[in-house]
Amino acid sequence: MNDKPHLDVEALAELQDVMEDEFDVLIQTYLADSRSRIDGLKEALATADPEHFAKTAHSFKGSCINIGAPRLGGLCFEAEQLGKDATLEQAPAVLERIEAEFSEVAQRLQNFGQEV
Amino acid sequence: MKVLLAEDSASDRLILARLVSRLGHTVIEAEDGTEAVELFRETQPDLVLLDALMPRMDGMEAARQIKALAGERLVPLIFLTSLSGAGDLARCLEAGGDDFLVKPYNRVILEAKINAFNRMRALHQALSHQRDHIRRQNQQMLDEQRTARRVFDNIAHTGCLDAPNIRHHASPLSVFNGDVLFAAQRPGGGTLVFLGDFTGHGLPAAIGAMPVAEIFYGMAAKGFGAPDVLREINRKLRRILPIGMFCCGLMIEADFKHNSLRVWNGGLPDGWLLRAGGYRVAIPSRHLPLGVQEPDQFSASMTVLDAAPGDWLVMMTDGLPEAPNSAGESLGEEGVLSVLAGLKAGQEPFEALLARMQQHTGKPELADDLTLCCLQMVRAEAPEVMPDKIPESALTGPADWHCVYELREQTLADFNPLPLMLHICMEVPGLRSRSGEVYTLLSELYNNALEHGVLALSSEWKTSPGGFSRYYQERTRRLGNTDGHFIRFSLGHQPREGGGTLTVVCEDSGDGFDFTEYSDTVAHQQAASTGRYAGRGLEILRRMTRNLKVHGRGNRVEIVYDWWFPDAAITSGA
Repeated sequence: MNDKPHLDVEALAELQDVMEDEFDVLIQTYLADSRSRIDGLKEALATADPEHFAKTAHSFKGSCINIGAPRLGGLCFEAEQLGKDATLEQAPAVLERIEAEFSEVAQRLQNFGQEV
Repeated sequence: MKVLLAEDSASDRLILARLVSRLGHTVIEAEDGTEAVELFRETQPDLVLLDALMPRMDGMEAARQIKALAGERLVPLIFLTSLSGAGDLARCLEAGGDDFLVKPYNRVILEAKINAFNRMRALHQALSHQRDHIRRQNQQMLDEQRTARRVFDNIAHTGCLDAPNIRHHASPLSVFNGDVLFAAQRPGGGTLVFLGDFTGHGLPAAIGAMPVAEIFYGMAAKGFGAPDVLREINRKLRRILPIGMFCCGLMIEADFKHNSLRVWNGGLPDGWLLRAGGYRVAIPSRHLPLGVQEPDQFSASMTVLDAAPGDWLVMMTDGLPEAPNSAGESLGEEGVLSVLAGLKAGQEPFEALLARMQQHTGKPELADDLTLCCLQMVRAEAPEVMPDKIPESALTGPADWHCVYELREQTLADFNPLPLMLHICMEVPGLRSRSGEVYTLLSELYNNALEHGVLALSSEWKTSPGGFSRYYQERTRRLGNTDGHFIRFSLGHQPREGGGTLTVVCEDSGDGFDFTEYSDTVAHQQAASTGRYAGRGLEILRRMTRNLKVHGRGNRVEIVYDWWFPDAAITSGA
């Protein structure tokens, strides 16, 4: 478990400042990217491929950190560790929490975008 | 600046591309390692941002390939990573990364890093350009030196350095290190060798060498002796060289006919005369280098040494005694002497010195600024007919003329008239190919008139051991008083079918000497029996001329010399 916030509002505000009118494109890109990452994790789990699981989780972690979704990034880190240790027994549970957190983040990001 | 950005995560790519382009750079985006390498090859970016973990080819491998493609170009490579372990970060740098940037991206840090690498890149580029510039300039300098060397060689051809009795080592570009080595055969026989070492290096030294070469070869061919050549070199260098630049030199005039050497050393290491039986005579520097003194202060007085066929003369520039070994120690002149002292009978000093140098420096190649020359005394040969390079027409130049040239009193001591008289004779078309013979005729007549006529020196002295130097001392002493004396040359030439006839009458103011003894009866026996110089000199004249007459009390000698054009001689001989 981690007690990091769903969204790093400060980081997101800075991104908004940097991206200007492309901020919404960035959010949509992140969301689409993240969905394909989650599909990738599921696939790795189905084929029992811990290396692929770890790498996908790692990349997912990177984009979560950059976009300002620290709690989801933390979960991805847990998943990455499981893949690295090749102990995928607990992976389905972590993946479930990743999906739940992603829904939460997606919801909040949509709202964040609309606030502007 | 062109920045290549390789990152598989689309959202991360978007953020970073925006951050970089906001800094005013052009961004080229790649989605994985393979694409990054391809785009790098195509677009030649100035900086690369590379995600460490990517599909297809990961960042580490891409980094290796990009660094290989960049070659000498400095292309800073920054890894993008959310790796946190120190070991992972270290691996990025080992793969060729120059730095890393940790997610989440901080635009302040990103900007600072890009700017820092841009400065480094600019510095590297400036250094590379300077290096290339220096390389080009160096290449150009070497090309120029080679060209200059060819020009120099046209003036300072090898002369007779390749003669069998001369061994020498000189770097091909030694003239640019200030070393010069010239050797010429004198028109009447004998060899003139000059070894010089200019202060300084490069172009100034080479430029100073040019007139020295021209003076040496020009004057040697005209029959001038070593003192005249030295005086002229000193005068010229004194005039053209800046203060502080001069030429150390060693001049040798080897006379194989009389088995004597005249030597002059101004500033070079000791030269050595190696006689049979391991007997050595040093030739130390007794003069200031050339180009230092005003002409009226300059002394071209030569040291006269007796020598015999087989004796070696060794001369070197200071590059030889001073060459350092790996410990920075040099052989010194003592080291050179110990090599010469250790020579076995029949062993050549040249080989022994070079072998010792190679052993000393530990390198097969000798340094550039080291010149060594060894000259071996040989038996005199008959004057050879000089090959005539330019075919001469019989129609040009004076062929029928007469002149009288008289030298008086002090001038007898101060001036050598042979080059001037040789020059007059060489104006006759076709006679140039006989310059050696004509020089011998003139110099025998002149030396007889001066030494046995005016100075009344006895040739007996020359036959006694060590007498030659004594003879020269006495000669110098008596030249101090030539009051009332003269030598008069009457030269005349008439053309003949296929050649010409040169008539020379040489008269002097001396008491005369007993020529009758030689001229009437002795000539044939003389050559066979005693081999005394005066008799032999006269025999040479008799052999070379159609007619030799001695008039008066032995102080008026007349010769008639016939010559033919080379092809006419073949016709008449057939």
